[in-house]
Amino acid sequence: MSVRPLSWRELPAAPVITEAGSALRYKTGSWRALRPVIDRGKCIKCLLCWVYCPEPAIIRGEDDGVEVDYDYCKGCGICANECPVKAISMVEEG
Amino acid sequence: MLYEVRWHGRGGQGVVTASDLLARAAILEGKYAYHAPEFGPERRGAPVRAFTRISDEPLEQHFGIYNPDAVVVIDPALQSEVGYILEGVKEGGLLILNARKVDDRLLERSRSLGLSVWAVDAYSVALEVFGRPLYNTPMLGAFVKAAGIVKLDNVLEAVRERFKVPDLAERNVEAIKRCFEGVSRVS
Amino acid sequence: MRVAQTAYARQQRVGMTGNEAVAYAVKQADVDVIAAYPITPQTIIVERLAEYVNNGELNAVYIPAESEHSALSACVGAALAGARVFTATASQGLALMWEILWIASALRTTIVMALANRALSAPINIHCSHDDAYACRDTGWIQFFAENVQEAYDLTLMAFRVSEDKRVLFPSIVNLDGFILSHGLEALYVLSDDAVKGFIPPKEPVYPIDPERPMTYGPLALFDYYMEFKKVQAEAFKRVYPVILETFGKYEEISGRRYSPVKTYLMEDAEVAVVVLGSSAGTARYVARRLRAKGQKVGVVSLTLYRPFPAGDLAKALRGLKAVVVMDRSYSFGSPGAQLFMDVATALYHERERPLLINAIYGLGGRDLMPQHVEEAFEVAREAARTGEVKEREIWLGVR
Repeated sequence: MSVRPLSWRELPAAPVITEAGSALRYKTGSWRALRPVIDRGKCIKCLLCWVYCPEPAIIRGEDDGVEVDYDYCKGCGICANECPVKAISMVEEG
Repeated sequence: MLYEVRWHGRGGQGVVTASDLLARAAILEGKYAYHAPEFGPERRGAPVRAFTRISDEPLEQHFGIYNPDAVVVIDPALQSEVGYILEGVKEGGLLILNARKVDDRLLERSRSLGLSVWAVDAYSVALEVFGRPLYNTPMLGAFVKAAGIVKLDNVLEAVRERFKVPDLAERNVEAIKRCFEGVSRVS
Repeated sequence: MRVAQTAYARQQRVGMTGNEAVAYAVKQADVDVIAAYPITPQTIIVERLAEYVNNGELNAVYIPAESEHSALSACVGAALAGARVFTATASQGLALMWEILWIASALRTTIVMALANRALSAPINIHCSHDDAYACRDTGWIQFFAENVQEAYDLTLMAFRVSEDKRVLFPSIVNLDGFILSHGLEALYVLSDDAVKGFIPPKEPVYPIDPERPMTYGPLALFDYYMEFKKVQAEAFKRVYPVILETFGKYEEISGRRYSPVKTYLMEDAEVAVVVLGSSAGTARYVARRLRAKGQKVGVVSLTLYRPFPAGDLAKALRGLKAVVVMDRSYSFGSPGAQLFMDVATALYHERERPLLINAIYGLGGRDLMPQHVEEAFEVAREAARTGEVKEREIWLGVR
């Protein structure tokens, strides 16, 4: 990932990011050492993982089933920690 | 013409307002004025001073007044502080007191400085008009008469502009008029 | 109120304290939001504004914040949302605002603040020093110094126009000496509401907060971008000075009162001078006139603008002098001179010929600057001019 750093002449008058959601362009999935894997058989669709994910990298389906967005998941493990039925396990990458 | 006044009183008696109103009245008649209060910790009952500088020419100096042409003491109980009251007053200047009887020591010292001393019983006027010991506007009335450097009408106009509540304004106007008429030269 | 018999017949000559005059100017500037916390000696400004809002004379939101830190934070938010914003403070109150001062400037908000200059504790004091103004000299706020009540009124109006100018977009402080001007009553001329309305055009926000167009204000910028953003801010601040000159000119057109960042008095053939800020300027001129009458070639330079510091114009004003006393109403511990002194010395460094410089400390905590103190300053300057030497670089006027 190489972006040309801007000169001060190219910056806005104030440190303001005028485009909403521009952070989406920055994919953080590669930071992950452990990946969360969801056991759909155990999942009770309580959505606690979706609530707690700080990224957010849990995708909520129409039926409240959940999936991990591996483009952005940093592997922090909060979802696995919060899951009340231990449906999410953290698995080594690679 | 440069005329400087020092006002003495105690916190809560309105000494700052008296000086403020005098400056406003002088400005109303086209003169230049500077009024400044001398604030310490704001405590009711503590000795308070205020200063008014009046001139026909624009004023730009902002230092204090050390040699006033006139000293007005609005609190009757301050009379005994002779040195404090007369500090720096110009020889031949003016001393105006709120007193039924002028303190002998003060009178003697004032005579030696060649001051003309005026007195009025503003205590009674204040109690009759306001029901409280507010001596500021009564003593302003006494000053206007004794000093003769601003016109009474302009003082009354300043009072009416300052006190927006009509009843309050009119009571102050009455207090001013009564002391304007009642003040007399004692020495 | 009476109408002035001058060419500027629509102005009224009135008597007001500095605080009243500032509040009146803010009302005429038709601000949208006032957020403040009371502190002596500015309290009467925001008290009066609260009355205006309460009476319906001013259509604005008055936010009585729980601290100065919160007050300025509210001002930043309101200014970013597009409001015309005012606050006032002094001394310890400004100190509590301090970290937000930087944010207000870097986010290019256009807040106008009245600062009723007051000494910093300890010991506790409510009277005038310039400690507070000096302490935020590096924060990216424009700073004006009023020398009388008229200037406090005029500069408040001009501050709104300067700050909101698209070529500027920086917040402004209008300094008025605590008690001497904040509580001092003087005659002044005030403009009509219409004239003020014409002078200060409606504010056009640059990056307005808008739920329909979300933005991020003040994001993280580390070693990768922080320096570039500071360069943007620095270059923008350099462009403020000509806009201030232009605004002074526009204001003269409607008021007849001429403003200049550097005011000179009796300087044409002066050999020595004092440089001074705030209400002491008039006292210094009063003394200079008396000394001129005795044949002494003395002059006075006073600054209406402190930030951006008018270094070039000041150096020009001091050209050809033999000795100059820079008067500071504050002290900078361990520094090579007090705050104004350092600025003046820096401004003169690039000059081929420089006057001898002496730093006079005066008036701390409201100590009265009496004529004899200014005379003493001139005498020290004259002695330096005569001998070609500075005996003491730092003198204290009026200290026991």
